[in-house]
Order: sequence, then C-alpha cells, then structure tokens
Amino acid sequence: MNKLKIFTKGFFSENAVFVMLLGLCPTLGTTTSAINGLGMGLATTFVLVMSNIVVSLVKKQIPDKVRIPAFIVIIASFVTIVELTMQAYVPDLYDVLGLFIPLIVVNCLILGRAEAFASKNNIIDSVLDGFGMGLGFSMALTMLGAVREILGSGSVFNIKIYEGDGALVFVLAPGAFIVLGYLIALVNRLQKRKSI
Amino acid sequence: MAQRESTFVNMVVVLFLISAIAATALAFVYQATKDPIQKSKFEKKKQAIKNVVNDFDNNPIEEMFKIPVEGGDSVECYPAKKDGKIVGYAVKTFSKKGFSGLITVMVGFDPDGHIHKTAVLEHHETPGLGDKMQRNKSNFSKQFDNMDVPDIPDKDNDGIIIEVKKDNGTVDAITAATITSRAFCDAAERAYNAFKKIKK
Repeated sequence: MNKLKIFTKGFFSENAVFVMLLGLCPTLGTTTSAINGLGMGLATTFVLVMSNIVVSLVKKQIPDKVRIPAFIVIIASFVTIVELTMQAYVPDLYDVLGLFIPLIVVNCLILGRAEAFASKNNIIDSVLDGFGMGLGFSMALTMLGAVREILGSGSVFNIKIYEGDGALVFVLAPGAFIVLGYLIALVNRLQKRKSI
Repeated sequence: MAQRESTFVNMVVVLFLISAIAATALAFVYQATKDPIQKSKFEKKKQAIKNVVNDFDNNPIEEMFKIPVEGGDSVECYPAKKDGKIVGYAVKTFSKKGFSGLITVMVGFDPDGHIHKTAVLEHHETPGLGDKMQRNKSNFSKQFDNMDVPDIPDKDNDGIIIEVKKDNGTVDAITAATITSRAFCDAAERAYNAFKKIKK
C-alpha cells in the first residue's frame, strides 16, 4: 500500500463513520452543530495521531495478551492531556466540548486503529493513518453537524440561514440517527457509481 | 527485535511500566495546567459578577460571604460597592432540578430587590435545547433582566414567586426545555430568598 493510499483511505473507502461505523457514540452525541462536530473531530484526530505514534513505537515491547489494556492506558493518558490543556488555554472551546472529551477514550475508532494498524506498521505509516482517519472522521462529523444544524436550528457554523427554530427533532438524538442513515446511503450511492 | 513473549513476568512488568510512565506524564501536565485552569475559572467568575451588577469599584470576591439556604446548603454572595456604598449583590446560586446535574447561575440584584442581570456559570444541559438558557443562545434569560421580583404576584399562593407560566408564574419557558427553564427559575428564586436574608 503506498503512502498516499494510507492517508486517503480514511476519507472515503474506509471512512470511520460512513463505512466502518466506528465511534458512533461521540458521532451521534456531539454533532448538534457543525462547529461542535469539527471541534470533536479535531480533538479525536490529535489523540489518534499521538496514540498511533506511541503504539507503533512500543509495539514490539508489549506482550500480545495485555496489548488491549496497554493501548487503553496510552489513549486515556492522551485524552486527559487534551482535556486539561483545553481547560487551561481554550476555556471557551472547553465549555462547548468539555462534556464530550472523556468520550474519546471509549471511541472504538482510536482503539481500532491502534489494534488494526499502528501495532503492525512503522511509525511514518501510522502517523499518516492517524491523520487520514482522524481528518476523515472530522469531515464526517462536520457534515453531520452541518446538516443537523441547518435542519434543526436554521443556521450553519452559527450563521443564521433562515428565520425560525427549524425542526427540533434534528437537534435531538433521533435526528442524529436519521441524518446519519441518509448520509450513509448517499455515500454508498456515490461509492458504487465510482469506486474511489 | 521479536515480539516480547506473553509470560506472566513480562505482562506484569510491561503494564506496570506503561502505567507508571502515563501517571508521571499526567502528573506533569496537571501541574503545568493547574494554575491556568484556576485562573480561567476565577476570570469567569469575576467577569460574571461584572456582568450582573451595576458598576462597582471594590473587590467583591474578597468580601464574599456565605448565606445558608434551605436544605443545609449555602450560596455565595458578592457585595458590589461604589465609594463604600452598596450598589448591588451578585449571588452565586444553584439548582439541582436541572435535566442533568447541577446548574450554577450568578444572579445580580440591585439594592431594592430588582434582578439586574443573570449569567450561567456552569451547566450540563442538553446542547441545542437546555443550553439556550445561556445569554448568547436565546432570549430566555433576558426575561430576568430588571425583573421586579418583590412586585410579582404569587398567583397560586405556593410561596414561590419566580416560576414558568406552566406553574402559574410569569416566565416564558424555553421551547422543549421546560425542565431547564424550571431549574433556572428555581436558581433565581433561591438567590432571591438569600437576598431577602441579606436585607434583614
């Protein structure tokens, strides 16, 4: 697999949200608006890249039978670092995302990449994989958030598009499932027409 | 180098080392971010006090005192003074009736019992619904600006003055977030009760 392919597969052919359906808890929970989705996506990307680096560095040292707990400790440490740093230096963003940051620990996407990719590949490939997967995840979350915000609150990135409150259901959890379903259908349709 | 084998000793040593390194790293990050975090919380409180009462020239945080309220709890009260004269009180009140977790609100009073302004300090309400009680997200909290609490009639005689219209009060609730609206009123009511105790 060439380097470019490692990077781009996270966007389309192996997109975490639309194709692999990994990490759905933060996906559904945080995407009430486009900016929340983007913030959550970028925080996840950071944790994903860092944990991929560390896991690929120490992969030979970790005995097979305890690899999962070892990965979880590594991931949880980076999540806590992100949380503390955000709280200290960007309190405004923390106010918005604070509730969701601890959820990154249980995001299967990160453990999945540590297990399926970083523990088998070298560090450069693992970084590329982390960036690709993380940015693909951010893209999916931003799209989902934007659609829900337009339909549910009548704005996108906090810019008002039409007057009124919009359909409340899209801000609530059921709306997340509905929008996600339609987006997956759309992505599948596009993929079938032209294999990316 | 080959993969380390899964012997008992190996597993214990590796997990121990990873946890120890992680704990050390976290301890350093905690130390480094402790002061900025406290500073940003302090700034937020200071800003909230400034927003909810009239202009003042003292340091309300230094003159803070606590007032006991029902249920064995207490609220913090920050007197705002200008030229030594009281121009208002900021009361840091709370409600446990929120949709999820504690809601902390700063309520500012003029000396005659008007609410000057309010500011939400901390909450865990649903994003997109309950968080509309924040000033920048909807007009809900603006109903409390200059609210003349002593003059509000207690229509249903239950002793609670600040209530949503559903409970025979005067406040318009947030659409689809009545629980949050009730909690906000509850917090304001608690602040007002504390304020009455100051005046006595």
